Amino acid sequence: MSNGNLVEIRDLHVDFPNPQGFTPAVRGISFSMGREKLGIVGESGSGKSVTGRALMRLLPEAARVRAGALRFDGTDILAASERQMRGLRGGRIGLIMQDPKYSLNPVMTVGAQIAEAWRAHNKGSKREARDAALTLLEQVKIRDPGRVLDSYPHEVSGGMGQRVMIAMMLAPNPDLLIADEPTSALDASVQAEILKLIEDLVSARGMGLMLISHDLPLVGRFCDRVVVMYAGQVMEELPARDLHRAQHAYTRGLLDCMPSLSQKRDRLPVLTRDAAWLEKRA
Amino acid sequence: MSETPMIEAAGLDVHFGSNHVVRDIAFQVAPGETYGLVGESGSGKSTVLRTIAGLVTGWDGTLRVAGQQLGPRRDRAFFRRVQMVFQDPYGSLHPRQTVDRILAEPLEVHGIEGAEARIARALEEVALPRAARFRYPHQLSGGQRQRVAIARALIADPSVLLLDEPTSALDVSVQAEVLNLLADLRVARQLTCILVSHNLAVIGHLCGRLAVMQHGRIVEELTEAQLRAGEAQHPHTRDLIALSHELEG
Repeated sequence: MSNGNLVEIRDLHVDFPNPQGFTPAVRGISFSMGREKLGIVGESGSGKSVTGRALMRLLPEAARVRAGALRFDGTDILAASERQMRGLRGGRIGLIMQDPKYSLNPVMTVGAQIAEAWRAHNKGSKREARDAALTLLEQVKIRDPGRVLDSYPHEVSGGMGQRVMIAMMLAPNPDLLIADEPTSALDASVQAEILKLIEDLVSARGMGLMLISHDLPLVGRFCDRVVVMYAGQVMEELPARDLHRAQHAYTRGLLDCMPSLSQKRDRLPVLTRDAAWLEKRA
Repeated sequence: MSETPMIEAAGLDVHFGSNHVVRDIAFQVAPGETYGLVGESGSGKSTVLRTIAGLVTGWDGTLRVAGQQLGPRRDRAFFRRVQMVFQDPYGSLHPRQTVDRILAEPLEVHGIEGAEARIARALEEVALPRAARFRYPHQLSGGQRQRVAIARALIADPSVLLLDEPTSALDVSVQAEVLNLLADLRVARQLTCILVSHNLAVIGHLCGRLAVMQHGRIVEELTEAQLRAGEAQHPHTRDLIALSHELEG
């Protein structure tokens, strides 16, 4: 049964094995999202990426995943068959990763990769798949889609590679896009363009967006709602427009420690980590 | 500038095969100054830094460090005087050497005595715990690794530090710590620095003057005050400044 929520996560735990037992990576987080733009923010190791991967069941087999509920549009991710999961991954849930250099196949042309993604989830001839790839490249605003279609990933720039990646993820018409640090490997100007593109596509197609990033102001600009994570737990959840009114010391710390162009400061305030943030939250 | 510049480039050109990646660059950095090079990927900013460090062959023009003309090959004294910190601490530290070994190597190369005390002091200077000394890079966090890279650069007492995107692979919280550390060290050690970054806010935080690069050329030189006041002439600089303000939100 679906209650209008695209994603429902309740009391999710993810542990990774270590020689002594298990290391907790996600420690009982809960949130749900609809067809909205949700940002998940935290430092390295806060569990934000692991949360996204758990939703697609992309974690290594050795990882121990437990949850009160882990659902995508009513489907119980923990109980779903591998066949069902294949329909979700890349089909109804698209994943954009940080660096297109590593997420694109280096020995396949861009067009062939997008066409492959399209054919995996749509019925149609090679000809139709190629046409679909061309249309998708146009949608991600690549100026010369005909030329890019026949180029290899190393022949395109980082920003272009990320556009290709987005085109590939859009091919099956997903309901949810998970973007895991989609612009950290890119220049500031390209970063803004790519996020704007993702924002436009998500709005136009009525998809949900889960934007995972360590850059809080950036996420605040592009999302409706922000979930702030620290050491595997949710510290604070708030509407993006209220970010400057954030209550939690961790959220405030993340906002304050960025150097700013408009404001000169001799020293940057550093985050003082409060042991209380590690305590198990209700 | 009345005193001799610590670093001076004039008519610097770099070719990679038929690609002309740095075109007729000129700038001067005074002793103790931190100079910023900002631009997008492919603008040639890192190549300028690597050319100064002696990592690039096939350049033309004039490069001087502390008044001495640099040739295609550098002597050992040069490598003691000029050190570099790279963007990715995962890639720039030897994965199978302990921190102790990593820090001992520059001392051996330059025949510097008293390794024991120097290594201990270097770790303290970059605020690494003593326990880190006999760990391997993979046992450290990204921020700690970058501290090791900075300690390695400083252990042979250089006077020039070349910083290539030293914080862009780090979390914003760790970036703040590393930027503060660099700010402290350059005062304590009287370092002359060149900082390469695509992030104008980071450049503005550490640098008194900066050059904006595009397509291998310096399109504009600004002071920090001009940068903050938005007094840029070149359209590319204005675009970068507008974008930086936009992302700050």
